[in-house]
Amino acid sequence: MRSEQGERVRTMQVRTVRIVVSLKPGVLDAPGQAIRQGLDALGHPGVQHVRAGKYFEVELDDDGRVEERVREICDGFLANTLIEDYRYEIL
Amino acid sequence: MDIGVVVFPGSNCDADTCHVIRDVLGHRAQYVWHEERQLAGFDAVILPGGFAYGDYLRAGAIAATSPVVRALREYAVAGGLVLGICNGFQVLLEAGLLPGAMCPNTSGQFRCEFVHIRVERIDTPFTCAMTSGQVLRLPIAHAEGNYYADPPTHQAIIARRQIAFRYCDPRGTVAPRANPNGSLDAIAGVASRVGTVVGLMPHPERASETVLGSEDGRLVFESLDRWITAGGFPAGVPVSAGAGAEAG
Repeated sequence: MRSEQGERVRTMQVRTVRIVVSLKPGVLDAPGQAIRQGLDALGHPGVQHVRAGKYFEVELDDDGRVEERVREICDGFLANTLIEDYRYEIL
Repeated sequence: MDIGVVVFPGSNCDADTCHVIRDVLGHRAQYVWHEERQLAGFDAVILPGGFAYGDYLRAGAIAATSPVVRALREYAVAGGLVLGICNGFQVLLEAGLLPGAMCPNTSGQFRCEFVHIRVERIDTPFTCAMTSGQVLRLPIAHAEGNYYADPPTHQAIIARRQIAFRYCDPRGTVAPRANPNGSLDAIAGVASRVGTVVGLMPHPERASETVLGSEDGRLVFESLDRWITAGGFPAGVPVSAGAGAEAG
């Protein structure tokens, strides 16, 4: 591919990454507990446990080190690794 | 003294803090916008309460990436005095200037009420006018004030005397019923190792005039004035101890 100036331009594929951040086991999940109580109040039987978390869809250029960058993004910002775990899926 | 009060989009205790410093205590205070990159010249910098950047992601997380917090890190490492109140404390934790993290209150509630805290450390710029074990009556207003540190960090902050305040009952006894948010070890405030960076969840600026129900908060600002007037660390403390903020 060439740009208007005639230079070769490498087309970089964009990857979508789905990231879920949730509190570590052992760290009290007050929102999750409140949601479970809400389900109780609505009359949903048999709901044993709810864990609340955050979901992110991040689109980033595929520069060959997407996974490494996703880890940097999660460790440094999206998750507070003192209290939160994360998992991700690169599409 | 000349104090910088940082204003993030979503700060809401900046005016109260400036009011106490200027109108109640008669010192100078200036607002510092979050895009500011220069903090040199202030005797101390205060991060006020509020919901910086809407507390999106986590309380204080986005504020910790702002230009003024980058400048604050340099300021603190150079020995500058930094106080974080409520959301400001959360920003200091997210910025790694103090150890630990905040979780949602165990009650699941936003708690807005007067609490009591016990002074655990008096050799800091923000507590030097207090007495050890003194009980202060101050208001809290937060949903995420449940202080957490993992066991090694908890042990380390005890060993380094980094617990500045603990929640207690009016007589100074630490008890679960006197802990409004479930904080580990009833921790209400934390100091850096040398004590030049302090964060606490209660609001001293909302309790610095009798008309507001308590004047105990004035002691934080009077401590700061005393510290600055005295020229910093007392004689005998190595100069190098004055420099460096640390997360650990």
